[in-house]
Amino acid sequence: MMEEQRNVVYGVNGPVVTVRDTKSFFMQEMVLVGKERLVGEVIRVTSRETLIQVYEETTGVRPGDPVEPAGVPLSVTLGPGLVGDILDGIERPLRAIAAKDGAFIGRGAQVGGLDTKKRWETHVIVSEGEELSGGSVFAEVRETESFLHRSMVPPELSGMVVWTAPDGEYTIEEPIIRLRDVNGEEHTVCLAQKWPIRQPRPFRERLPFTVPLITGQRVIDSVFPIAKGGTAAIPGGFGTGKTMTQHQLAKWCDADLIVYVGCGERGNEMTQVLDEFGELIDPRTGKKLTERTILIANTSNMPVAAREASIYTGITLAEYFRDMGYDVAMMADSTSRWAEALREISGRLEEMPAEEGFPAYLPSRLSAFYERAGSVTTLCGRRGSVTVIGAVSPQGNDFSEPVTQNTKRFTRVFWALDKSLAYARHYPSINWLDSYSEYEPDLAPYFNARIDSHFGEYRRRVVSLLLEESSLMEIVKLIGADVLPDDQRLIIDIARVIRVGFLQQNAYHPEDTYVPLEKQFRMMKTILHLYDASRALIEKGKPASRVSESGLYEKLIRMKFDIPNTDLSGFDVLDAEIDRTVERLAAQ
Amino acid sequence: MIISYQGLNEVSGSLIALEGVTGVGYEEQAEIRMRDGTVRTGKIARIDGDRVIVQVFEGTAGFSLENTETVFRGRPMSLPLSAGILGRVFDGTGKPRDGLGPVFSDCVRDINGSAINPVERVYPRNYICTGISAIDALSTLIRGQKLPIFSGYGMKHNELAVQIVSQAKIAGEERGQFAVVFAAMGVKNDVAAYFRRCFEDAGVLDHVAMFLNTSNDPIIERTVTPRCALTAAEYLAFDLGMHVLVVMTDMTSYCEALREFSSSKGEIPGRKGYPGYLYSDLASLYERAGMVKGKNGSVTQIPILTMPNDDISHPIPDLTGYITEGQIVLDRALNGKGIYPPINVLLSLSRLMKDGIGEGYTRADHASLMNQLFSSYSKVQDARALSAVIGEDELSETDRRYLQFGQAFETRFIAQGQHESRSIEETLDLGWEMLKLLPASEMDRLDPKLLAAHFGAGD
Repeated sequence: MMEEQRNVVYGVNGPVVTVRDTKSFFMQEMVLVGKERLVGEVIRVTSRETLIQVYEETTGVRPGDPVEPAGVPLSVTLGPGLVGDILDGIERPLRAIAAKDGAFIGRGAQVGGLDTKKRWETHVIVSEGEELSGGSVFAEVRETESFLHRSMVPPELSGMVVWTAPDGEYTIEEPIIRLRDVNGEEHTVCLAQKWPIRQPRPFRERLPFTVPLITGQRVIDSVFPIAKGGTAAIPGGFGTGKTMTQHQLAKWCDADLIVYVGCGERGNEMTQVLDEFGELIDPRTGKKLTERTILIANTSNMPVAAREASIYTGITLAEYFRDMGYDVAMMADSTSRWAEALREISGRLEEMPAEEGFPAYLPSRLSAFYERAGSVTTLCGRRGSVTVIGAVSPQGNDFSEPVTQNTKRFTRVFWALDKSLAYARHYPSINWLDSYSEYEPDLAPYFNARIDSHFGEYRRRVVSLLLEESSLMEIVKLIGADVLPDDQRLIIDIARVIRVGFLQQNAYHPEDTYVPLEKQFRMMKTILHLYDASRALIEKGKPASRVSESGLYEKLIRMKFDIPNTDLSGFDVLDAEIDRTVERLAAQ
Repeated sequence: MIISYQGLNEVSGSLIALEGVTGVGYEEQAEIRMRDGTVRTGKIARIDGDRVIVQVFEGTAGFSLENTETVFRGRPMSLPLSAGILGRVFDGTGKPRDGLGPVFSDCVRDINGSAINPVERVYPRNYICTGISAIDALSTLIRGQKLPIFSGYGMKHNELAVQIVSQAKIAGEERGQFAVVFAAMGVKNDVAAYFRRCFEDAGVLDHVAMFLNTSNDPIIERTVTPRCALTAAEYLAFDLGMHVLVVMTDMTSYCEALREFSSSKGEIPGRKGYPGYLYSDLASLYERAGMVKGKNGSVTQIPILTMPNDDISHPIPDLTGYITEGQIVLDRALNGKGIYPPINVLLSLSRLMKDGIGEGYTRADHASLMNQLFSSYSKVQDARALSAVIGEDELSETDRRYLQFGQAFETRFIAQGQHESRSIEETLDLGWEMLKLLPASEMDRLDPKLLAAHFGAGD
């Protein structure tokens, strides 16, 4: 056998490093570049040269520096220890890096993905002689107080259990069980396993969307709901509240686990999430929100190539926890930065650009990513889901740019954030005319059965009132509201109550930041009740101005603050007051 | 290790190519010596085997293929630093240009810096009182924030920056802990002189380090000017524990320099010809603001950019807005009315203010007042549009009150003197005074308690 070939750097251009005269690399293989052992990935192989994208700054890399193949595709380690941690784009724990390098991130930091020293209290739930297939749960680890980690046989393995470790404390690398496969070969299984980030993890079958992801945000749950396992896009220019909306969803949605990917965004925002989630209490478990959150941070000044990887790292972690039978929600803020990272690498490779310099494979990459969401039966027969909510930062607030348009093609909920609403400090600034949810028909049975049989009907009426208002506003802009006939003035007034009292939601108000579905429904019901009663009044020939003078509108606008989430009897009082007032006005 | 090479293989724009080079690293610093003894600085922009492409900051005028000698320093471009940089004036690459000789340095730092680890950041919460009502009340500046001023040609952004710098000092810490780093990129000589004069008048010149790349200096030098300035700022903040305010003007010239350099390298352009990595590049500057655990100092950035054709969707303001924590937008219409500072409060925003205002920071009623002012002032725009169509006489009583409110808000609340510094109490009280021009029934963002406190009767 020939002496093993030593591969060395030939050229450097930004994050792209060239190696010549070698045939030993394969596509998407992980490599270590230079004396500092910077992590990289093979992105092009030709007979002449191999191109490597390096996930760290390449300053100081010289021709002749060693390039070491890892022999495996770029992978993440999956096992206990992820929940509650903050990782960089290629799954290195930032806390461990800080302990090593201090406040500024050094390069080539050789920190593994998971803590291999920590011992986990492990309960083995299989016994010798049992037949296990890929994805079967063999042990349970209490990862945080509120989160139970189910350790699974890697998907490609199966066989009979020939040995189990007794219950006790183990590191992620110690053997827990041994399996003998059909060929008689024995395999050791431990708490951790590896998985290539660009390959979707397998499952048994996809399930239809029937359950909503409940977020406690009225404009989302009641008007544009998202299903568990669904995909949503939040496009919006800067200052429209994308990140704020993502944070609200991460805090309040009823998923079991949140994977929050800060992709090319601000460092202070990640710090804010860390601080805030460390203090906030999850209303369902009574534990800190960090105990159900994994943060992946590639801030805008961290290496651009790792930004491209961070999205895949995030979705791979989400799929892993889905396979345990959990509902996982992944927030990606922002997918535009990921697309820009693709564009930058593509430019360095001198590929032919398509629209606005983005590579021609942008749509296929986007669709492949969003298709990794879904509600599934896992290999172990449980139900799990990955919901993906991707923020999009359209260049120049122009929704016709390629990333927004292609994202729109592959996601089924579109929450369009509106600059003019944000300027008027209407939050969440989700525009009710441009947004849509394709899951609404799938989810209507759930709302009608669980909350009230009128839920779907009220939702439609609220939306149509808003639509009517917007066409009336065209006239009002030209001639003022005074000249409108009374029934149309009423629509304008009620639509204002819907906009200010229902759609607007104050994230900083303790009562309003999360609103249960029952209260959302009662709010719609009371607003529509006032509308119906006032309309009857107008049909009797009474002027619409009487209702607005009665102060009822202001009361309805304030009901979100005045009526507590835990005691909805205030709505009965309010409904009765509406009846009384309208009766009085009719008698005048 | 220092390696030197005679002659060049190619000169194109600001780039030179050398062949047969070995043992040099990516982004390493190069010195190009000409026959007449002058020295220029460069940086390795690309390596292909033994062929190296170097970007020359001072430009390549006068280069032939034979009259130069190139020396590689074996390290990335770096800046000598010490407390002695305060009170000094440097050129765009960090060389002294005030004739006072070289800086006696305590340490030498790579000007590219490193990313701050998010787990080591301290979330900024302390507000800086600038004495300017439109900023303090509605887009509060927080220590450690990056808050750019979006302006246009001919508007008073420089005056505003000077006012912020000189008044923020008064409300801030004791003198020894305060410093200003000023980076000028492609600004006119008289603008640079104006800043210097104003710092002198305010008596802070010995706390200022200036990095000047004026509009007649080489363009490529401009691409390193903010990096030198920020490296100095990080040193002052995190090594010496100072609170540093960094003023960078004009970011538009910086981006144009980047575009020029990118096209000379033959890169594929993104929007409006700017390179596809403009976002990452700007982020590598703006993200160098903040505070870190265990250190006293802070870096607060006020970048100034002029929006080409006043277009806020132009790539430069657009990408800046996506990175920075808010923006202060100047408005040509207000400027035309003679209002200084001409801040368009509806377009302006401070993302960090929500955690830095209220009880214990500014005043308990701040947040509610701010929300109500925004909401009311945004309705002024509707009333004005309507009045333009149907005439002021036809407006309803409420709409007429809105017009009065809008007028007073602009001329009394936003407008103030260039040397007028209002305390936070004065600013907030003035805000309430403005709101009282409107009927109580229009207060849709106030809770009943505040409503009763300021409008008397209420339910």
